[in-house]
Amino acid sequence: MLLKLVPENTFIKFINFRKFAYVFSLMMIVAAFGLYFSKGLNFGIDFEGGIMVEIGTEEVADIGKIRSTLSELDLGDVKVQEFGDPKDVLIRLEYQEGMTVDQVVEKVREVLPDAIEGEISYRRTETVGSTVSEELISDGIMAVILAIGAVLIYIWLRFEWQFGMGAVIALVHDVILTIGMFSLTGLEFNLSTIAAILTIVGYSLNDTVVVYDRIRENLKKFRKKPMPELLNLSINDTLSRTVMTSLTTLIALASLFFLGGEGIHGFSAAMIWGIFVGTYSSIFIAAPILLWVELRRDEPDTSPEAGVDVIPPQKGS
Amino acid sequence: MLDFPRWKVVLITLVALFGVVSAAPNFLSDEQLNSLPDFLPKKQLTLGLDLQGGVHLLMEVDLTEVRQEKLISKRGDIRDALRAASIPQRSAIRGDNIVINLTKPEQADQALDVLDDTVEMLGGSALTGGGVPDIEYLKQENGAIIVSLTEDGLIKRGNDVITQSIEVLRRRIDGMGTTEPNIQKQGEGRILIQVPGFDDPQKLKNIIGKTAKLSFQLVNSAMGSQDRVPPGYERLPMAESERVPGLPDSLVVSKRKILTGENLKEAGLGYDQDNRPVVSFRFDNFGGKRFADVTRKNVNRRFAIILDGEIISAPNIQSPILGGSGIITGNFTVESASELGLLLSAGALPARLTVVEERTVGPDLGSDNIEAGKIAAIIGLLAVMVYIVLSYGMFGMVANFALIINISLIFGLLSTLGATLTMPGVAGIVLTIGMAVDANVLIFERVREEFRKGKKALSALDTGYDKAFSTIIDANVTTFIAALILFQFGTGPIKGFAVTLAIGVATSMFTAVSFSRMIISAWAVRKRPTVLKI
Repeated sequence: MLLKLVPENTFIKFINFRKFAYVFSLMMIVAAFGLYFSKGLNFGIDFEGGIMVEIGTEEVADIGKIRSTLSELDLGDVKVQEFGDPKDVLIRLEYQEGMTVDQVVEKVREVLPDAIEGEISYRRTETVGSTVSEELISDGIMAVILAIGAVLIYIWLRFEWQFGMGAVIALVHDVILTIGMFSLTGLEFNLSTIAAILTIVGYSLNDTVVVYDRIRENLKKFRKKPMPELLNLSINDTLSRTVMTSLTTLIALASLFFLGGEGIHGFSAAMIWGIFVGTYSSIFIAAPILLWVELRRDEPDTSPEAGVDVIPPQKGS
Repeated sequence: MLDFPRWKVVLITLVALFGVVSAAPNFLSDEQLNSLPDFLPKKQLTLGLDLQGGVHLLMEVDLTEVRQEKLISKRGDIRDALRAASIPQRSAIRGDNIVINLTKPEQADQALDVLDDTVEMLGGSALTGGGVPDIEYLKQENGAIIVSLTEDGLIKRGNDVITQSIEVLRRRIDGMGTTEPNIQKQGEGRILIQVPGFDDPQKLKNIIGKTAKLSFQLVNSAMGSQDRVPPGYERLPMAESERVPGLPDSLVVSKRKILTGENLKEAGLGYDQDNRPVVSFRFDNFGGKRFADVTRKNVNRRFAIILDGEIISAPNIQSPILGGSGIITGNFTVESASELGLLLSAGALPARLTVVEERTVGPDLGSDNIEAGKIAAIIGLLAVMVYIVLSYGMFGMVANFALIINISLIFGLLSTLGATLTMPGVAGIVLTIGMAVDANVLIFERVREEFRKGKKALSALDTGYDKAFSTIIDANVTTFIAALILFQFGTGPIKGFAVTLAIGVATSMFTAVSFSRMIISAWAVRKRPTVLKI
C-alpha cells in the first residue's frame, strides 16, 4: 500500500478562502513591516561592518564574564553570545575609529585568558569595512530586485502578463514575510540570508508555475467553466504534487537545520520558512489574484457563465 | 515514450557513467586515487575556505595616492619640457589639477604646443597608435593653463596598478611557500586574496600590507635634528625598531635616489660576522656599477636605506662597495630579516593597499563544517529516499536511482569544472536533493492522474511524461534564473551555492526527463503492464 498524504480526489474550494487569505496576508505584511521598522534586523557584519571573532573553549564558557572583561577594554558596544554550543562563543565588536582591526583583535586576545579557563581556539575572525558592507547591501537588494524582474519577464513570455503579475505579487509577499520572520526571531541577517531569499524566490515560483501551468492547460480544456471553479480545479489537480515536493524539500532542509552545524542555521531556517510561505502563497495568493484580471481564453467565449465579457470589435477603432 | 532509439540509450548511459566516474575520486582516499590507472579522472573537489580553513582578504588599492603621484611626476615632466623650450613659468598642484602661470602670457600658444608633446597615450602601441591620453589641458581667461588627468587615463592607470600589484602579491605569497593562493581583481580597484589552509592572517598581512618601496639616499650629516631642511633634501624618520636613545630620531637625506628597489636582483636572509641576522642583497648590473661609483666618491659619508619612507639603516661607507652586493643591518630577527628579503625580491607594490574585508577560518572549524555537512547530506538523502519509495513504490525506486545518478553528476561536474565547494554549496546540494525529486514527482503525479482518469497503463505513462515536460521546463528555468543572478551578484561562498544550485537544476532535469524515463520505458516495454501501482 502506497503512502498518500493527499487523498486521490480532493476538491477543496481554496478560492473561496481568498478573502481570508488576503486579510491574513495583509496582516502578516503589516506585521512584518511593523517589526522591521520597530525591532529592525539583526544584521551580521556583512551588512553592518565590524569585527567578529568566534572562539572555542575547553570548558563551558561564562558568557557574562567574557562580556564584562571585554567591556573593560572600552571598545564600544560588545556583543557576546553562545554559538550553537556552550563551548563556542561569538564576539561582535564595532568597527573602531582610528584603530586597525589587528590592534582590536590583539587587545581582545590579550584579555580573553582572564575570562576563560584553559586553551582558547580562534575558530574564525571576520572583519568587514563600512564601504564593503554598504556595497554588499546594495548588491543584495539589487540581486533580489533583478531576480524578481527576470522572473516577471520569463513568465510574461511563457504565459500571459497577468500570470507574471500574479507570480510577482506572490514573490514580493514571500520576500516581505521572510524578512519579517528574520526580524521576529532575531536570526542573523547576512549574505547567506540573501542567498536563502533568492532560493525562496526560485522555489516559490516553482510552485506557482506548476499551478499556473495547470490553469493554462485547463483554460484550454474547459472553455465554459467559471473562473473560480477552474482555479479550484487546477489547484486540486496539482495539490498532491505540491505537498509531495514541499515535503521532500522540507525533509532535506530539516536535516540541514538540525545536523548541518551552526554556520548554516540561519540559512536553513529561512529556507524552511520560505517553503511554507511559498507553498501557501502559490495556492492562496498567486492563483486567486488571477480573478482580478481578465484572462484571455483561446477563443471568444460569450456564454454567461464564463464570467468574461467579450466586447465585439468596434468599427473604426 | 516507449520508443527509445539506441543512440539515445547510449548517450544517456554515457552521461550517467560520466557522473559516477568523475564523482568517484571524491569518495576515495589519496592512496586509492594514486593506485588508479591514469585514464580515470582523479580530480577532487576543491574545498572552500570555510571548509578547510584559510584566509580571505579583500584589499583596496589607494587610487588617490596613485593620482597624486601621477600629478607630481607629470608636473615635473611639464616643467622640464617648458624649460627646454625656454618658456618661463611657475606651476603648482591644486586639488586634482596642475595650474601653470606663464611669466610671459604671450607665450601661451607656444606653451600649449609644448604641452601637446607631453601627452602620453596610455595603452596604445608604438606601431598603430591609439590608446587614451593621460592629461587634458585648458587655457583660462586669466592666461593660466589648467592641466588635469583624464578619467579614462586614470582608469587605465588604476587597472595597470592592479595588474602589477597582483603580480607582486603573487610573488610574495608564493615566496612564503603556502598552498596555491587565489589572487584576483575584483570590481574597480580591489584585489581579492584567498589563501587556503593558512590561519595566520597577521603574517599574511605583514607580507602583503607593505608597499616595500626601497631606496638608497645619501645622508647630510651636517644637519642637526633642529635645522631647517635645505631645498633638495628631506627629513625622514628612523624606523621605530632602529631608534636608539640619545641619537636623533630622524636624519636629513638628499632627495636624489642613488638606487631604488627596482635595481635589486635578489634579496634574502643572511648573517653578519657576529652571526646576527641581516638582509643580504645583490644589485643588477646597472645597480652594481652605480653603487660602486657612488660609494667610491663618498667614502666616509653615510647613506640611508629607506623603506616606505622610514630609514631602516644608515651605515657609514668605509670603503667603496664594488661587488654589487651588500647587507642591510638593523635590529632584525631571523623572521623579520627573511620577511624583508622576501618583500624586496618580490618588488614594490605600485600603490598602497588597505584591507577592507577579512575572513579567517581556523582549520578546526573547517573540518567541523565538513563533518556536519556530510551528516546532514547523508541523513537528508536517506530520509527523502525512504519517503519517495513509500509514496511511489517501484517508481519511487527508479526516482531514487535517478537521484543518486543526479548527485553523482553534481559532484562529477563540480570536480571537472574545478569548482570550489563551500558550506553554502553543501546546502545547495542538500537542497537539490529535496528539489531534484520534484521533476519525478511532477511526472509520477501526472501519470497517476491520467491512469485514474481511465487511460490504459502505457498511454497514461506516455501522456504523463509528455504533459509534465513543459511544466518541468517552466518550473526549473525560474529556479535557474535565481541561481544565475545569485552567481552574478554573490561573492565567495554565495557564488559556490549558486553554482551547485544551477548545476543541480540542470542535472535533475536530465535525470528525470531522460534517465528515469529510459528505465521506466525499458520496464514498460518488457512487462507491458496493464495496471500501474503508483
